[in-house]
Amino acid sequence: MRSNFNFFSDEKFRSIFFQTLVIGLFALGIFFIVQTTAYNLEKRNIATGWRFLSDPAGFDISFSPFINFKSTDTHLDVYFVGVLNTLLVSFCGCIAATILGFLVGIIRLSSNWLLVRVAYIYVEFTRNVPLLLQIILWYSILIQLPRVKQSLEFLDTFFISNRGIYSPRPIFENGFSYVFIAFILALISSFIIRRWAKKRQDDTGQQFPVISTAFGLIILLPLFLFFILGSPMSFDYPALKGFNFKGGMVIRPEFIAMFLALTIYTAAFISETVRSGILSVTKGQREASASLGLKKSWIMRLIIIPQALRVIVPPLTSQYLNLTKNSSLGIAVGYADLVHGFGGISLNQTGQAIECMVIVMATYLTISLTISVFMNIYNRSIQFKEK
Amino acid sequence: MNDITESRKPPVATTGILGWFRMNLFSNWVNSLISLFVLYILYQFIPWILNWTIFAADFKYNFNGEEIINREMCSRVLDPENGGACWAIIYVRFYQFMYGFYPRDEVWRVNLSYIMLAVAVVPLLFDKFPFRKHFLKFTYVFPIIAFFLLNGGLGLDPVSTNKWGGLLVTLVLGCTGIALAFPLGIILALGRRSNLPVISMMCTLFIEFIRGVPLITLLFFGMVMLPLFLPEGIDMDGLARVLVAVTLFQSAYMAEVIRGGLQAIPQGQYEAARSIGLSYWQMNMKVVLPQAIRISIPSIVNTSIGLFKDTTLVIIVGLLDLLGIGRGALADTTWLGLAYEVYFFVSLVFFIFTFGMSRYSLYLEKKLKTGINMGAD
Repeated sequence: MRSNFNFFSDEKFRSIFFQTLVIGLFALGIFFIVQTTAYNLEKRNIATGWRFLSDPAGFDISFSPFINFKSTDTHLDVYFVGVLNTLLVSFCGCIAATILGFLVGIIRLSSNWLLVRVAYIYVEFTRNVPLLLQIILWYSILIQLPRVKQSLEFLDTFFISNRGIYSPRPIFENGFSYVFIAFILALISSFIIRRWAKKRQDDTGQQFPVISTAFGLIILLPLFLFFILGSPMSFDYPALKGFNFKGGMVIRPEFIAMFLALTIYTAAFISETVRSGILSVTKGQREASASLGLKKSWIMRLIIIPQALRVIVPPLTSQYLNLTKNSSLGIAVGYADLVHGFGGISLNQTGQAIECMVIVMATYLTISLTISVFMNIYNRSIQFKEK
Repeated sequence: MNDITESRKPPVATTGILGWFRMNLFSNWVNSLISLFVLYILYQFIPWILNWTIFAADFKYNFNGEEIINREMCSRVLDPENGGACWAIIYVRFYQFMYGFYPRDEVWRVNLSYIMLAVAVVPLLFDKFPFRKHFLKFTYVFPIIAFFLLNGGLGLDPVSTNKWGGLLVTLVLGCTGIALAFPLGIILALGRRSNLPVISMMCTLFIEFIRGVPLITLLFFGMVMLPLFLPEGIDMDGLARVLVAVTLFQSAYMAEVIRGGLQAIPQGQYEAARSIGLSYWQMNMKVVLPQAIRISIPSIVNTSIGLFKDTTLVIIVGLLDLLGIGRGALADTTWLGLAYEVYFFVSLVFFIFTFGMSRYSLYLEKKLKTGINMGAD
């Protein structure tokens, strides 16, 4: 027995000691940073607090499809426009990139040598060139389109020029809300029918034509109602007046460039995960289903894809997250997203860097977290359930 | 009736050139149609792109044999029908693309650093390199040499980092980011797996925070917030501030990759190391990390490719990397409108680096696979 017990050789004590030390150092560091920051802010006459959010912004935003933004609106409105623009391009990009990515991934496993090579070259080129460069390149292509006066016309309703794509804007009149409600109801009831049909098939083996029923409900029912109510919708057509188009709806080249670049870039990565996912399903599965006499398209849909999805979904989630974060590069072409509008112009005008950056970062964290949560729920629903 | 069954046709050839074509391009009519369509597109596209980039392109002289000094002298401006790319913009600006605005008298320092970088990195990549051990010693001291060589000091004239540009900035950001993020990533990965709840929680929060926000917000953080956090007297230049942001960003991704490697090490390795009396640090440094890093190197290379591409983001906060120099060239009124040449060239440079890195990562993966199989047998 040793008389002088060494505290440091006791694991419990050591662990508590180190953790306390780390917390102490961390707190000290925070304290130090807060002190210097407060001093620096005061010296540079930078205001603090959140009051600037309700000040008028004083600048215009060229692309705000959801909120009618005026320069007298506040910085808080700039924030909402930015969030919506970020979400819009991310959402469109995720959907398009998933479709293109699955297509290219499946093409890369096809038996046509030429097609496989072309897909391979596409994937290698887009993966190995910086996204920012691709965004700028698309933008520089789009702004070389003809000027407004010489814009390309399609059926006198769509106009493509270097200011963007102009198209008619639907105007919803009285009664259209019924059509919309019918559409929502149809969606919900199709979902319920699908569950019921699946349960019935599991119990009795009888099949039910879910897809055609759902198609009828979702498309035909609202369409029928639409005409019954006397087409309660009209269009506002764009018309050339002076130097620009008046009326209609416009999709700006900044948005198109962001959308194309994000889609094409992310799809290359998604195609790789799809390819490896499909390859991860063993050959025996394919052979077994073929020997059961399943059709080729059924083998893919009922046997291969459900198993491949288990491998595909986790990396797909991180691709969605990447795409959403990459949408912040819109600042390079002037797409008024969260970083450009609120984190860029508002920050420069108010000088309140800390507040603006905290809000921007917190928003991205929230978006990332939300996507993760939803994709994790989806992932859990497709994982192999052992009975 | 006693008919002789009709003799079957011989099976179609599946070998030889004809067989290959039949198997891979014309196996059924849908495939044949697709093949013909793709062939037609390629037939249209390949001659056009070759013509534009090489045969009809100007390199230094236009079709009149004059040396090109502005855009008006480019063949494609003089003769839009037949002229191809005007690479003269790259030729004239080549110095800027490589070194930025580094003083011409001192440019040997950059060239020497480029050569030393190759000497430092190549032996690191291939473990059968002759005298690798001695070269690796150089790899360790190279960053210090390069710092003084590029930055000045020790008798060399100082060159401010705002004169740096082009490939120099791209390589400095990429290499320094990767080199600094690697040890930081190891510490974060070990911290996240630590038994001490406070440390593991702090590392997890840091990693997830960095991974949840875009790099551009971290660059803004480095540019506009970092100066506010620092006491008076400590001044960091733009490149250093961006490097802080890039390193923090990369270290979080590196940590996750290394954590993956750590998780792949069987529990027995930890227990064995502990049972022969190694301390926590001895166990990690001598037993666990060497194995974990070995299996995570391909993924480390992959995240490094990501970082290398992401260095282009620094143009948004005003640094002039390769892409920044390219955009600068385009803003110059003498060269206005030659966007495709510039972006093509910049893409090509990036492609050479990143494609090389991705091939290397594939080579490592293959090597690792055979290595593990041999061990298991």
